[in-house]
Amino acid sequence: MTAADAHRAILAVWRIEQPRLITSLARMLRDVPLAEELTQDALLAALEQWPATGVPEKPGAWLMTIARRRAVDHLRRNRMLERKHELVALDMDQQQQAMPDFDSALDDDIGDEMLRLIFTACHPRLSREARTALALRMICGLTTEEIARAFLLPEATIAQRIVRAKRTLSDSGLAYETPRGEELSQRLSTVLEVVYLIFNEGYTAARGEDWLRPELCNEALRMARVLTAIAPHEPEAHGLLALMELNASRAAARTDAAGEPILLLDQNRTLWDQFQILRGMQALDRARGLGGAGGFYALQAAIIACHAGARTAEDTDWARIAALYAELAAVMPSPIVELNRAVAVGMAEGPDAGLSIADRLVGEPALKTYHLLPGVRGDLLEKLGRHEEARAAFEAAAALAGNRRDQELMKRRADAAAAMKMK
Amino acid sequence: MRFMYIVTSPHMIGPTPALMEAMGKLSDREIKAGRMIDSGGLMPLATGAQVRIRDGQLSVVDGPFVETKEIIGGYAIFELSGKDEAVAMAKEFMQLHKDYMPGWEGTCELRAFATPAH
Repeated sequence: MTAADAHRAILAVWRIEQPRLITSLARMLRDVPLAEELTQDALLAALEQWPATGVPEKPGAWLMTIARRRAVDHLRRNRMLERKHELVALDMDQQQQAMPDFDSALDDDIGDEMLRLIFTACHPRLSREARTALALRMICGLTTEEIARAFLLPEATIAQRIVRAKRTLSDSGLAYETPRGEELSQRLSTVLEVVYLIFNEGYTAARGEDWLRPELCNEALRMARVLTAIAPHEPEAHGLLALMELNASRAAARTDAAGEPILLLDQNRTLWDQFQILRGMQALDRARGLGGAGGFYALQAAIIACHAGARTAEDTDWARIAALYAELAAVMPSPIVELNRAVAVGMAEGPDAGLSIADRLVGEPALKTYHLLPGVRGDLLEKLGRHEEARAAFEAAAALAGNRRDQELMKRRADAAAAMKMK
Repeated sequence: MRFMYIVTSPHMIGPTPALMEAMGKLSDREIKAGRMIDSGGLMPLATGAQVRIRDGQLSVVDGPFVETKEIIGGYAIFELSGKDEAVAMAKEFMQLHKDYMPGWEGTCELRAFATPAH
């Protein structure tokens, strides 16, 4: 085994064991950020020793022993400790001696602690950037270097974010708390937002970039599965899982061999991952079964499900999609949702109906620089045979487009509209 | 990456209660870790059948079956970051067999799912 092989093997074991280590230590120390720090010590110890000794037969137990020892040391070392804490340390010591091989490590039900871990990492007191970094570090067990690569940022930036975030948590007395009942449902939306941010960071990454960027999608999916397993009665957690599974199912069809994006309606549907679609549909069913059909994520998932369930682009149920966008607009009023509804109505009822919705959005301040508004209008105008107006709209879209690909696409469409007018 | 694990063994006997319990705990942990997607045990071939094509002929073989050396006992599907993690997972699973069902021999094969190509 080369040093690089050993390193990869250790990180693989680490990723499997890390959640249990950190939750177990958090329970001992009643401090999540501190628990995270001390579990890192266990990883360092493994990286130091395993290349020489080989990975032990029970790596999880090995790491747990080291981590718990560090925690006990910490409790002892801390001179400020009150007597009861010393008793805790003593108790831990005895516990350790009582179960030398740590088979019972499997007995720990990590559900509650995991929930605490997730809610701590995604605390609304922290900035979004801090939450995403902390979530990937504490929930997914990614190293600082891996997170930095995934976000295309310097390692020092991520390291600093994590240190600051942990300090904020400790200073605010938020190092060990779990919201329950009503508060849990309210706080959950912050957690789901972080998970979805991580997903989208990976989802919008182009092909051929560092593999860790698409890997963010998988980490987000995994976090959502954790949430649905430990908080199974929260419909929006299932809704978000459904949305991400259904979106991720198109990964292989979203770009051509050169990395150019392929629009949903033009994608080769045989490349859609049916196993993942099935899982997405099941998650959506669970969200609905819990009374969450009208949730922010469940509605978006339902829209994607209309596409995922259509065998061909022509089979798409646009009327249903238009109705779902109307529902979504009621839950979360947004001109972008309304623009999407214009597209769906345009497909369901004809370009005239779609255009009248899109036209109402012209002058909307939030869409002033959004190239898809003139893009959509151009498309609908073109379908109505109003080529000159379509050309002007596509030109406007090209001028607003933020990247080269979109710009070129809009220019091509402007030229095509101009050519049609000449006929 | 998605992996399928297939467990084969020459032994006809099922897992001991202790092994069942340990595997149950591992499954629970892995479901809560968002990694395990599906799993199941398989009954012996006698409960099923084989549908074959040989020499251009399609036939249903409903038994009796020739004793095979390796019996597929179960499967699991995981979503993992890569092969390293997949191997680490399989080792942990097999270590449980070693600990809780001494004398048992078998193989846990792991295979990445094929991903569609352009």
